[in-house]
Amino acid sequence: MKKFFLITLLFPFAVLAADTDYTLVIKDHRFQPNELTVPSGKKLTLLIENQDATPEEFESHALNREKMIAAGGSVKLYIGPLDSGSYTFGGEFHEATAKGTIIVR
Amino acid sequence: MFGTAIIVFREVLEASIIIGIIAAATRNIAGSRLWLVAGLLAGLSGAGMVAVFTDVIGALASGLGQEIMNASVLGIAVLMLAWHNIWMSSHGAALAANARSAGCEIRDGRRACSVLFLIVGLAVLREGSETVLFLYGIAASESGGRSSMMVGGLIGMSLGIAVGYTIYAGLLRVSLRWFFSTTSVLVLMLAAGMASQAAHFLIQADLLPGLAAPLWDTSSALPQNGLPGMLLHSLIGYDARPAGMQLVFFVAVLLAITLGMKWAARSQRVTAQS
Repeated sequence: MKKFFLITLLFPFAVLAADTDYTLVIKDHRFQPNELTVPSGKKLTLLIENQDATPEEFESHALNREKMIAAGGSVKLYIGPLDSGSYTFGGEFHEATAKGTIIVR
Repeated sequence: MFGTAIIVFREVLEASIIIGIIAAATRNIAGSRLWLVAGLLAGLSGAGMVAVFTDVIGALASGLGQEIMNASVLGIAVLMLAWHNIWMSSHGAALAANARSAGCEIRDGRRACSVLFLIVGLAVLREGSETVLFLYGIAASESGGRSSMMVGGLIGMSLGIAVGYTIYAGLLRVSLRWFFSTTSVLVLMLAAGMASQAAHFLIQADLLPGLAAPLWDTSSALPQNGLPGMLLHSLIGYDARPAGMQLVFFVAVLLAITLGMKWAARSQRVTAQS
């Protein structure tokens, strides 16, 4: 019985853990990977790690998201649920190089 | 250099427009200028602090500190703008007559002036910290062309300030008959737009549901990175692909402030008659 309760208690966390996390790394003012394929109709967590010595602002008008990332810092943000299609994003402070696309299937 | 100018322009624009409108709206309040300048300086030093502690703030609330801070700053600014507009609608007659009873030196007026201080301070704090970080990034980078980028930053900043000043100067030319309604509609729009932006940050942090996101997509007709889109974003919080919840916030704040202004204007009339 006790075990059953424990399982029920843990269930919400198990669901949370099943949420898919995607990681983007910023290095030399570029996103790695610069193309990310994600499933449609799902809420996703995007982890962004900035390995550069300068701050960056993640920005995507397509996703309606913007977030500052300190030098050497990392942040997370939520996106979706999204319809299938491609969504561009970039680093506002280094627009020439920091570019990428999220492909939703 | 050109790219730098555009980025800094974009960051400075919003604060500049807010200050331009507020400065015009309060031109008849004696002593308001001093409070505006004080707000500007406080906002700038606050922006420096936020920039230095970006990493710390970002790590708060398990990585959602930035969204929560932005939403709070916007939320407080909305409340202050609402208060300001309602106060103005009950003191409109006195201000139009340039009466001294509406200056910062009276008790009621002092509260109105500290609200000005907060509005300007918060606007500069939010937009300024991003500008500081960007310029710091340029200064810290090892690559060449650093000074030309700094020049670009200065050009962008001057252009942003010029837009705010143009709005200010333009508003001062509006005839007295239309002046109060013009500025109060602008302040109303600013407040509603900020509420929508606050909702945007809470959705990004997953603290609010998006409700039908995006509600519409006007990114090809009126892109957010074009000049008209940028201006509209600063004035009414325009988003090319907004979430439904943003519109809910926009409309709710619009209605609440309008009702508050109506109520304040009416109760003033009642007092004047008795």
